[in-house]
Amino acid sequence: MKVLIAKPGLDGHDRGAKVVAQALRDAGLEVVYTGLKRTPEEIVQVAIQEDVDVVGLSFLSGAHLLLTRRVIEGLRAAGADDIDVVVGGTIPPRDVAMLRDLGAAAIFPMGTPLSDIVAALGKRTARS
Amino acid sequence: MRDVKLHAGTPVKPVYGPEDVAGRDPAADIGRPGEYPFTRGIHPAMYRERLWTMRQYVGFGTPAETNTRFKYLMSHGQDALNVAFDLPTQLGLDSDDPRAEGEVGRVGMAVDTLADMEEAFAGIPLDRVSVSLTINGMAAPITAMYYAVAERQGTPADRVVTTPQNDILKEFVARGTWIYPVEPSLRLVADLIEFSARHYPRSNPVSVCGYHIREAGCTTAQEMAYGLAIARAYVELMVARGMGVDEFAPRISFNFTCWGKIFEEVAKFRAGRRLYARMLRERFGAANPKSWMFRTLIGGGGSSFVVQEPENNIVRGAYIALAAALSGAQTMALPTYDEAYTIPSAKAQLIALRTMQICAEESGAADTADPLGGSYYVEALTDEMERAIVAELEHVEHLGGLVEAVRSGAIQAEVARQAYRFEQQLASGEIKKVAVNCYLTGGDGGTLPGFPFNQIAGGTPPGPPSDQIELYAFDQRVADAQLAKLGRVRRERDHGAVDRALRRLSDEARGTTNLMPAIVEAVKAYATLGEIAAAMREVFGEHKEPVKF
Repeated sequence: MKVLIAKPGLDGHDRGAKVVAQALRDAGLEVVYTGLKRTPEEIVQVAIQEDVDVVGLSFLSGAHLLLTRRVIEGLRAAGADDIDVVVGGTIPPRDVAMLRDLGAAAIFPMGTPLSDIVAALGKRTARS
Repeated sequence: MRDVKLHAGTPVKPVYGPEDVAGRDPAADIGRPGEYPFTRGIHPAMYRERLWTMRQYVGFGTPAETNTRFKYLMSHGQDALNVAFDLPTQLGLDSDDPRAEGEVGRVGMAVDTLADMEEAFAGIPLDRVSVSLTINGMAAPITAMYYAVAERQGTPADRVVTTPQNDILKEFVARGTWIYPVEPSLRLVADLIEFSARHYPRSNPVSVCGYHIREAGCTTAQEMAYGLAIARAYVELMVARGMGVDEFAPRISFNFTCWGKIFEEVAKFRAGRRLYARMLRERFGAANPKSWMFRTLIGGGGSSFVVQEPENNIVRGAYIALAAALSGAQTMALPTYDEAYTIPSAKAQLIALRTMQICAEESGAADTADPLGGSYYVEALTDEMERAIVAELEHVEHLGGLVEAVRSGAIQAEVARQAYRFEQQLASGEIKKVAVNCYLTGGDGGTLPGFPFNQIAGGTPPGPPSDQIELYAFDQRVADAQLAKLGRVRRERDHGAVDRALRRLSDEARGTTNLMPAIVEAVKAYATLGEIAAAMREVFGEHKEPVKF
C-alpha cells in the first residue's frame, strides 16, 4: 500500500498534510509527500511514477472542488483511474457530497480523528 | 494526583512558594515595567496610558468589498487594520494567471495593481489609521503600493504608520508563501527595511513572526526561540549592510500567538522580552532603549478553535484575550468562532472585537501593569520558559543557525514532528479539548468521536445548523470583476513607462543596489504585481522546497 500526500494549488499550510503523512507511515504504509504548491498535472505525474494506490489531497484555501476535479480527470485521462483520490482539510459540510460526486473515494473534513483516516486507508489495503 | 505538563513539555508542581524564586535578583532579572530588561512590559504604566490596539485580520473578495468590511469594523471601534491578501497576490501572480484559477479573492483581497490598493483604502485616512499588511514574498511591491496610496492621499511620509509582515524566514518554516530562493528573498526583506528606515520613519518594516510556526505545530518555547532566532538573522543582515543597529531596530515588531495555558503564555512573553532586550543590548550593542523593546502583536491561535460545538470558541477567545492582556500585548487580534469552518462572517468578527473590548473595559486586566508580576508561579515559570527557550536557541545554533536550518529543512521537519506529537497527545487525552476528547455531547466522555461524515465510516454529513454558522459564499463574480478591472488598467496605462520600469527592475536585480526605488517606479506606472514578480523571478529563480516530514 503506497500513498501520495499532495498539496495542490497555492495554499502553504501543510501541518495537516504532514501529520497525516506521519500517521500513515507509522501505521506501516509507504508514504510520499509532494511538498507545497503542486499543480494537478504534477500530482498526476508523480502518482503514476511512484505507482501509488491512493492520492490524498490536502486543502485549506477553499479551492478543493476545482483542484480535486482536475486531479481526478487527470488520472482518468492517463488511464490511472485505479488510483483512489481522497480529500482532507477545511472542507465545508456542503461540499462533502459534491466531492463525492466528483469521484473522491473518501472525504476527511476538519475534526476527523487521525485514527479514522488510518483505519479508512487500512481498510482499502485489506480490500485490494 | 494528576500529572500536569506545560505545552513546552516541563512538569508543573502543584504549588509554588518563595523557595521557587529564591536566589533571583529582582532588579536585574525582573525590574520594573518600562525598564530594561522589560520582563514586566515595555511601558511603565502599560494599558493605563494606552490600551492595546485592536486589529482584526480582514480581507476577502475585491478591494471594494474589503473596504466596506474595514469601515464596518472601524465604525464599531476597531482602531487599526490588518489586511489579508489572496494567495495569488501573496505569491506574485496576477488574477488572470492560470495558476490563480479558483483562488482569486478567496482567502483575502485580490491586488493586481496600484488601482486595487487605491480602492481598498478609499476614504480611510492613512495619516491616522495604522495598517498591517500580511504580505511577505511580495512585501516590497505591496508596501510600495501602500506608500504610493498614502502619498496620493496627501499623507506626509513621516505620518505613514504601516507594518508589512515582510518576514520571509517564517514563510519558509511554516506559512509557505515563499517565491524566490532564500538569499534573494532575504535581500528583498532587507531592501524594504532599509528603504523604510530612511524614508518612512514610523513604519514598522518587518514583523517577526513566531505565530505561524506555532500554528504549524511547534511548542511555546520553540515559538519564542525561532522568533528570536529570526529576529537575530534580520538584525545581522542589516548590520552586514552597514546600518547601525539603532537605525532600524526601534521599528522591528513581532507577531506571536497565544492559546492554551494562560500562565505558560504569560511566562513565554515575559521571558521573550527579557531575552530580546539582552540580545539587542549585549550582543548587538544597541544603545537606544527602543531598540531593546519586544513590541508585539498577540494574535489568538486559530488552531486552538475546533469544529465541535463552535460557539465554545467564543469562550476560548475570551481566555486568549485575557492571556494576551496579562502578557503585555501592544496589539491584539482574535480568531473568530467560525474560523474552523469558513472565512469569518461580519457577526463573528464583531464578537471577536467585542471580546477584546470587554477584556479591556470590564475585566480589570488592563488596570495595572503586569498584574501577575511577583507571583511565585509566574516568576518561576518565566525562568523555566527562559531556560527552555535558550535550549531551543542552542539547538538552532547546532543546526548551523536559523537561515541554514531553514535551507536544509531541519526546522520544518522539527515543527512537523511536534505537530504530530500534539495530535497524538490529543488522541490519548493527555491534552484535553472540551467536546473533542472529553465532555462529548451525548458521548461516552472517554474516546475521540468518530467524525460522522466521512464516506468510509458510512455516515451522513451533519454540518452546523444553518443558523449557527454563516458559511462564506465564495462568488465567481468576484474573480470576474477583478479580471475586468485588471484588463481596464492594462489598457489605460502608459506601456512605455511600464516597460522601462520593469527593465530597470530586472537590471538592478542583477546587481546589489536597493530594489525599492525601481519597485516604486514600476508600481506607480501601474505595472501589475505579476509583472513585477516575474521581472525579479527571471533573475532570482524560484525556491526549491526541501521536502521533509
